[in-house]
Amino acid sequence: MMAQAQGNGVNLGTGDIAVLNFAYALEQLEAAFYIRVTSSFYSGASSRERQVLSDIREHEVAHRDFFKRTIGASAIPDLEFNFESVNFRDRQSVLTTARTFEDTGVAAYNGAGQLLRDPNHLLAAGRIVSVEARHAAVLRDLLAPRTAAFAGDDVVDAFGLGAVEPPGKIMQTVAPFIRTPINSAGLPKA
Amino acid sequence: MNTQIFDSIGNFDAEGNSGTRRAAFQQLAKHGTKLALAAATPLLASCALIGPAIAPDTGLAKQTLAFAILLEELEHAFYVQALAAPGLIPPSDRVVIEQISKHEGAHVTFLNTGLTGIGGSPQPAPQFDFTGGGKYPGVFRNYRTFLEVAQMFEENGVKAYKGQAGNLITSNSLLTAALRIHSVEARHTAEIRHLRGEKSWTGAFDEPATKEQILRATQPFIRKA
Repeated sequence: MMAQAQGNGVNLGTGDIAVLNFAYALEQLEAAFYIRVTSSFYSGASSRERQVLSDIREHEVAHRDFFKRTIGASAIPDLEFNFESVNFRDRQSVLTTARTFEDTGVAAYNGAGQLLRDPNHLLAAGRIVSVEARHAAVLRDLLAPRTAAFAGDDVVDAFGLGAVEPPGKIMQTVAPFIRTPINSAGLPKA
Repeated sequence: MNTQIFDSIGNFDAEGNSGTRRAAFQQLAKHGTKLALAAATPLLASCALIGPAIAPDTGLAKQTLAFAILLEELEHAFYVQALAAPGLIPPSDRVVIEQISKHEGAHVTFLNTGLTGIGGSPQPAPQFDFTGGGKYPGVFRNYRTFLEVAQMFEENGVKAYKGQAGNLITSNSLLTAALRIHSVEARHTAEIRHLRGEKSWTGAFDEPATKEQILRATQPFIRKA
């Protein structure tokens, strides 16, 4: 389990750097997941599914590398992950995990935006979050084709607003998948 | 859409006291049958467009909201007309277009409430010409053409919110609301592109556009007063 708000573990830092490292941790998680998924597809994966998952892998790797470059010397190290709960040979397991990661990513960026002080960082997050939202929509369409699920009422509220979660909640959601303890005490509060 | 909910939130924002907040919750409980109160709490927070966190330049915030409202009105009117056009949308895809239309209508209402909340005055929607001045004459007869225009509107929406986010950085509530809408528009465009048989993305990063660029692209769809 990932340690939170404790004095040990990988320290995200403070201020914008902490927010960027938070995003970097999520992108590391997603990249590692899709690298694993595409290294040996579940049986029966359609050509569309292979294409979608391969494209998403490329995007997540690009996002991960972008944050590593942008954060520079303050970037957290490579994290270790735990995908024991995922059955990579099973379509439903892979796609539902992917959907969870993408929906979580979107809610995370939606919640983290207001914590950033530098407009350039905000724009960087904005360039990424809409791609994550596209991923989420497509994964949802794969799981429930031609339905309202791509932007379902479970992720878009009655005001038409997409889901949003503060970093602390996001950390709890992804904790089972991250082995490396993370100290997120320095994340800014809204 | 439940306008009384928005009225309640507007009162809460303007007065900003707990008594009105309680009243707002009562309104939500009364009218928002599908809305769990737990879910309503972040909604109220997002709707709190008035308060110490408001952008110092309220004029800029008003302009930004008015711009967003125009784009949402354009989209909403577009889908309403499309859904009413006989034989345009195949039955298999209707649920998708209805979901998108529902969101665009909610965005119009939400943003108008927000504009009112920061002292702005919502304006009547302009008249639209969805043929784009004759460029898309079959927009409500030919499904492919409809999807092409829909994709353009959705992509422009994503680019526009992304481009405007920096204008809202000093207001947490406005910024977060805009980001949340931005992510919904991105889900829309992904699905529309899929309905067209296209990939749902163009790459790992989406680029913003300026207000001027978006207005230029939108202008052919707005009738001259």
